[in-house]
Parts: sequence; C-alpha cells; structure tokens
Amino acid sequence: MSIILETRDLAKSFGAVTAAANINVTIHEGEIVGVIGSNGAGKTTFINMVTGYLKPSQGSILFRGKEMVGLSPRQVTREGICRSFQVAQLFPELSVLENMLIACSMLGGNLFNPFSPLKTKANLQAAQAALDDYLIGEYAHAPVSTLPQGVRKLLDIAMAMVGRPSLLLLDEPTSGVAIEEKFGLMDTVIKAVINSGAASLFVEHDMEIVSRYATRVIAFYDGHIIADAHTTEALNHPQVREYIIGSELHREQAEGVRYAAN
Amino acid sequence: MGSDRTPIFLCAALLLLLVVGLFIPNWLVFLFTISMAKGLVVLGLILLMRTGLVSFGQGLYYCLGGYIVGISGQHWGITDVALVFLLVVLAATLLSSILGLLLCRYREIFFAMLTMAFSMILYGILVKSEKLGSTDGFIIAQATLFGWQPEVEASGTWIFALAVIITLVALLVMHLYFRSPMGFGGEAIRENEIRVEYLGVSPRRLIYIKYVVAAVLAAFGGAITAVAAGHVDPEMAFWATSGEFVFIALLGGTLHVAAPLVGAFLIEIIRTIALDLAPYTWQMILGGSLLLIIFFLPKGLWSLLPKRREEEGL
Amino acid sequence: METLLAILIDGLVYASWLFIVAAGLTLVYGVMKILNMAHGSLYAIGAYSAASLVGWYFGSGHPPWGSFALFIGGAVIAGMVTGLIIERGVLRRMYGRDEVVMILVTYGVLLILEDVTKLLWGVDAYFAYQPYGMIGRVRFSDLTFAGYDLTLIAVAGLVGFALWYALNRTRQGKLLRAVIHDREISLAMGINVTRIFIVTFIIGSALGALAGGLTAPALSVAPGIGIEIIILAFAVVVIGGLGSVGGAAIGALLVGICRALAVHTYPQFELFIIYGVMAAVLAVRPQGLFVIARARKI
Ligand SMILES: Nc1ncnc2c1ncn2[C@@H]1O[C@H](COP(=O)(O)OP(=O)(O)O)[C@@H](O)[C@H]1O
Ligand SMILES: [Mg+2]
Repeated sequence: MSIILETRDLAKSFGAVTAAANINVTIHEGEIVGVIGSNGAGKTTFINMVTGYLKPSQGSILFRGKEMVGLSPRQVTREGICRSFQVAQLFPELSVLENMLIACSMLGGNLFNPFSPLKTKANLQAAQAALDDYLIGEYAHAPVSTLPQGVRKLLDIAMAMVGRPSLLLLDEPTSGVAIEEKFGLMDTVIKAVINSGAASLFVEHDMEIVSRYATRVIAFYDGHIIADAHTTEALNHPQVREYIIGSELHREQAEGVRYAAN
Repeated sequence: MGSDRTPIFLCAALLLLLVVGLFIPNWLVFLFTISMAKGLVVLGLILLMRTGLVSFGQGLYYCLGGYIVGISGQHWGITDVALVFLLVVLAATLLSSILGLLLCRYREIFFAMLTMAFSMILYGILVKSEKLGSTDGFIIAQATLFGWQPEVEASGTWIFALAVIITLVALLVMHLYFRSPMGFGGEAIRENEIRVEYLGVSPRRLIYIKYVVAAVLAAFGGAITAVAAGHVDPEMAFWATSGEFVFIALLGGTLHVAAPLVGAFLIEIIRTIALDLAPYTWQMILGGSLLLIIFFLPKGLWSLLPKRREEEGL
Repeated sequence: METLLAILIDGLVYASWLFIVAAGLTLVYGVMKILNMAHGSLYAIGAYSAASLVGWYFGSGHPPWGSFALFIGGAVIAGMVTGLIIERGVLRRMYGRDEVVMILVTYGVLLILEDVTKLLWGVDAYFAYQPYGMIGRVRFSDLTFAGYDLTLIAVAGLVGFALWYALNRTRQGKLLRAVIHDREISLAMGINVTRIFIVTFIIGSALGALAGGLTAPALSVAPGIGIEIIILAFAVVVIGGLGSVGGAAIGALLVGICRALAVHTYPQFELFIIYGVMAAVLAVRPQGLFVIARARKI
C-alpha cells in the first residue's frame, strides 16, 4: 500500500524541554495505528506538529509527498489531514446541531455566500444525518456545554470527519469517557473511519482498546519512539512493557480506586 | 421556509416610520434620523460583538463619515448626496482595510484598546487642525440629490426619508447576513477559534471582513448624522461617543437586528431629558445602567423575551 | 550635544511619569486579569485632590514645604479610598466574568467617575503651580531643568524599586507573583486570593492617583485628563507586555525618549511617535516585549 504520511527526523523543543526528537513515522493508506506513551511523552506534540499547530524545530513532514512544515492548521486541514482533540474543541454555547452545521459549511466550502441562510432544510438534514452516523442525533438541540464528555468527544470527531480527511489523527478519543462507554465510542469511530477509507492514528492509554482496534502500534517515551511494530509485537516489546504498560497499569489501578470511591 | 417574518416586519415598520415622518414635528423627525444613524453604527458594532470583539473605537468611522461629508461640501464643492455617500464608503473601506490588517490579529482587551487608540488619534488630529475648525468643527454645505436642491424647511424630512431607506437596506442585508454561514462564523470564532482554524477557515480573514463591514456601517451613520445636523465636530471621534455605541449595543442585545435601532432611540430620548434636568449626570446614568445591564441582563434587554426556538427560520 | 542631553532628560522625566501610571495598570492586570479603564479616572482624582489641596494650603498661608506631604499624601489617599470603593462596590460582584466583560465593567466605572469629578470639581481648570517653583532650577552646562521634574525621576525610581522589592523580596510579594503565574493553583494552595485582589487594586489605584497628584503642579488640571492617560498608559503597558511591571518600565522609557526626540526635532509628530513605537513593537512581537507565558490550549 502506498505511503500517505512520512515524517523525517522530526524534532521539537520548548526551551530546555525536548518534547520530540528523531521522530520517523510512516503511515500507509487506510492503516489504523495506535499511539501509546505515558503523559508528557510527546504524543500530542507530534499531532500538533503534523497539523501545523506547532512548528517543528527541525525535520520534515511529507503528506502524499508534499511538505507540510510551514503550513497553518487551516491549510493542513484543506490538504486532507483532520484531527480531534484531547479536550474536545467545540462551540460550547451553541447547540450540537449548530456545531455540526458550522462544521459542514466551513469544511464544505459554502462559507463565503453571505445571503443564503445556514439553516436551510437541506443543510439541517445533512447535519442531522452526520450526527446520527455517530449516534449523537438525539442531542441535536442541546447546547454543547450541557453534554457529557462522551458525547462531546464523539461530536469533536464527527466534526473532524466532515472534512472527509484521508488521514485522521485522534488525540485520546476516550479520555474523560466513562470506562463502560469507551468501547462503544471506539466502535462507532473506527467503523466510520474504515467506511470512509481514511488512514487513522489514535492516541490511547488503554492497552485493551489499542490491541482491539490498532493494526500497528507506535510507542513514545520521553520524546522518542521506542517501538514501532505490529500490535502484539509492540505491546510485548521489553522497553514498552517496562516504561509504558507498567505505568499505565498503575494509572488504571489508581483510576479504579477513584471509580470505586465514587 | 416561509416563516421568517423579520424582513416583512422590518419593511412594514420602516414604511410606517416614513409615513409618520410626514406628520410629526421637526424635532422628533430629527431625533428619529439621529437614532437611525446611530443604530447603523451599532449594527456594525454588533457584528463585531457577535464575534466576541468589542470595539471602543467605532467613533473613528462615524467621525470619518461625517467629516468626508463636510469636507466634500466645503472644500471640494461636492454636495450631491449619492456622490458624497460613495466617497464615504470608499474612505471607510480604505481606512478600515489598512487598520484591519493590524487589528485582525488582536482579540479582547487588545482589540478594544487599540480601536479606542485609533479613534483618539483621529480626535487628536482634528482638534489640532485649524483648517477644519479645531474643536468647534464646521458647518456643512446644504446637501443636494442628483442636482435637485430641496427647500431648507423640507430638508429635515427628506434626509429622514433617506435615512429610513438606507437603514432599511442595511437591516435587511444584515439580517440575511446574520443567518448565513458567515454570520454564524462570527459566533464560531467567539466560541472557539482553534476549532475554526481546524475547520479550514482563517478566523483572521473573517474578522477582517467583519471589521471592514462594521466600519462602512459606522461611516454611513456618521454621514447621515452630518447631513441631518448640518455640522460636524471632533467629538464624533471622542472615546465617549464610541462608548455610547457600545452601551447601545449592550442595551439592545445581539439577538435581533432591529435592537440597535430601538436602543439608539431610547438613549436619544433619555439623553434629551437627562441633559435638561441635570447636567453632568448623563455619563453617570450611562455608566450605572451599563453596570446594571451587565450584572442582571448579560444578553441585553431582548433577553427579557422568551428565547426563540431552535428551528426558527425553517 | 546639548540637544541630546535635553532629549535624554526630558525623555526620562516623561518616562518617569508614564511609568508610575502604567505600573499601576499593569500590576492590576497581571494579578486580577482586569484591564482597568477607570485607571485614568483615578489619575484624574489624584490630580484634582492634589490641586485643590495645594490651592487651599497656599491660600491659608502655611509654611510652603509642608504642601508636598499634603498634596502627595492627599492624592494617594484619595486614590486608595476610591480604589477600595470600586473593588468592594463593583468589581467584587463581577469576578469570574470574561476579560471583555470586565473591560465593559471598568468602562462603566470610568463613565461614573468622570461625572463625579465634574460634580465635585466643576469643569474649570485648576492650577497648582506653587510647589513646582519651590525646588528651583538645575543647570547642566547651558541648559536648565526644573528641579521638580528631576525629582519626578527620583520618585519613579523609588516606586520602581519599591515594587521590585515588594514583589521579589517579601512574602506577600511572592504570593502575588504566584497568583500572577497561576491563579487556580494559588487558590488550590490556599492563598487568600480575595485579600490579594483588594490589596493589589488599592496599590494600583494609589499609583494612578500618585501620578495624577505629581503632575498637578506641572500642568493645568481639567476634565478629560484621565482618558488621555489611560490610552497612553495602555500603549506603554502593551509595549512592555501586559502584566509585566519590568515591561512597563522599558515601555515607559522607550515611549518617553522617543517622544522627547520628536518634540525636539519634529514636534508635529509627537502624537504619532507614541503610537508609532507601539505599532512597531506589536508588528514584531504581537504580545509585547515581555510576555508572561500562557498555558497551552490543546
Ligand atoms: N507549549 C508548550 N510549552 C512548553 N512545553 C510544552 C508545550 N507543549 C508540550 N510541552 C512539553 O512537551 C512534553 C510533551 O508533551 P505532550 O506532547 O503534551 O505529551 P503527551 O501528549 O504525550 O502527554 C511535555 O514535557 C510537555 O510539558
Ligand atoms: Mg497529550
């Protein structure tokens, strides 16, 4: 399969902190890649660099052979890379439907027509259908600020998918979502991604989810990639077991205690 | 989609105003005209406020519009309203498209203070220019329309009619605009710029456009005020003038296009009374009510009305 | 050579005065995230209090040197009292609102105070020139400078030092810097933010009023002086970076010297140069020279 994204020697430092170094990642068309690594390992920094939010200190990012370094998030989006966020980035005072309508009009390119209303019947139906695809149609008229995390995360991803990206980067899609809802959410999202034919990369802390949905895993540790292999192989990598999975277990235990306490 | 009744309502209201204008005393006609002029400025301001930007400097364009009218009459001998207003639009577009380049990079406090600084620069320049009458300003030549010179006694009425027509057009256009994707784009920027950027749209470009539109509306307001009052002075660019626009915008709220008009009219009446009863209390009244509005009615007076339903306009 | 010296001294004098006003504005912003539009009114209140105290004092024939303590102290106290009233009466009820809303709130306060000063002091100008002449004049080669102006430089230096010392060497100051850096964590750590807000706002107001009081003998005090100041002070503060006291000092120096340069060479550019410097700085560094880093958003 052909390569869709390739980063070469990507690096980013914030003053003395090295958030990423020697990042060489290759993603193929239609591939679904899991990214693991403890907090502060540089996963979000990687996504921020690929989508133009951060300018790399060095290195290059080739998307279908085209250099992405130096483009703004808006231009990267237009090229076909969309993303979701660790903390869902929505329009909190507007309703779910309005959020989706705005996403459709902006990504759909009919923004600069000042005299046709946004809320035409056709637009409303399209937006409602997009929400239904992600099983959040029932919340259409609720203001986003009143929604539970799981719905926000789904809306965040659904809005990114409106752009029909060929590469979708998901930054911790299940963080903040109740444990019993995590698999449902990932089922919905991954199904939609596969249907659209896009390649996807998702950051995840739960190894069960990683092994269920990813065909390949990239492990970040302290700004470096310590493993990049098929899922089972990567999860059994000694360094990954020592540095990442061990600490994730602690984290899960801690979370478990918290849930029990609630 | 037939139930968007706002345009019909607007046309009816303003036509009614046009008819009423023939029968009411001159001072009231003048009051209506000025309210509409200020309402136009506030309409532009609301465009910015829906985007989350407060401009404390719309007086810049209000004054610019007024002075262009004055200068073209007194110094260039152009009194034809159509031509003069064209000049006003050009001037406002030109200035705002230059200043907008800087301003579209700023938000919140920065935007508020920089806009205010710009209008105070114009104020400073005008106060110092003897040729333009310094602090006193100057009288404006009588306006004509396509070569027709109306009688002096009737001028109030036909300027009023002109204001009604311009206001009607502006309100209709803005009503459509606010419901369009671009109108909602403003709200999107106010709510979350990062998301807008990741939806492939440049918030700066949208803000830039909105800033220019707001400037043109403000300049129209200034031009109408100048023609109606027959006089301009630097006070039009003064911070307190811009502040009054902000106040009217907050009073009216951002939920309906006609709100600025109602707000402006209320303010004009209260001011007339307040200035009569007790000088040096007008700003105090404004400031006090501003605090009360912010405290009790964050969405303006219109938030007293029930929230309109989501499917509005279908 | 002499022009250069004149530019330098004039620039320093102007910068000193700007610094005192701007320091108060930026301090309040840094701690409370409120850009206080009413800061100019506090300046005006300081100036009016000083002017009327000077007028009363010299009118009733007391020993002239005592006037300094009186008008400076009077201005500062007037500022502190007004500040306390504003904070307790209005701002307290609005904490937690958007920064933009807080601008509107302080704008409302500004409107009210503008009329209050008019009601209290009328609309005619006040002149309180007596203290200005008392320090005499100082000669540098062929140039003479008013001793009063030179004293202003010393006062600004003193204010700057006091602020620096308070923020960096005292326990309270360190708490203040903790709040500037991260309000939520400071709250969680049990710092009494309410008290810090009151104290900060009173100090900020006192600085604004002090600057007003100090200028009263040098200029005529008339309606409208407050608003010119808030815009100038904002320019200074923006150049330095909102919330940074050190930045305010640099901004004041930059604006002061550039303005003096313009006044001595091309006086018609006086107004432009101030905003010119601001625009130039913003073009290169959109958030000013010293920015306090913001938390990452995504
Ligand atoms: N804007 C920033 N400024 C300074 N340091 C940053 C910034 N963004 C990230 N970092 C640092 O870079 C490292 C990687 O962070 P991040 O990419 O968010 O990790 P992850 O997403 O894997 O948890 C961390 O040490 C973090 O503190
Ligand atoms: Mg992260």
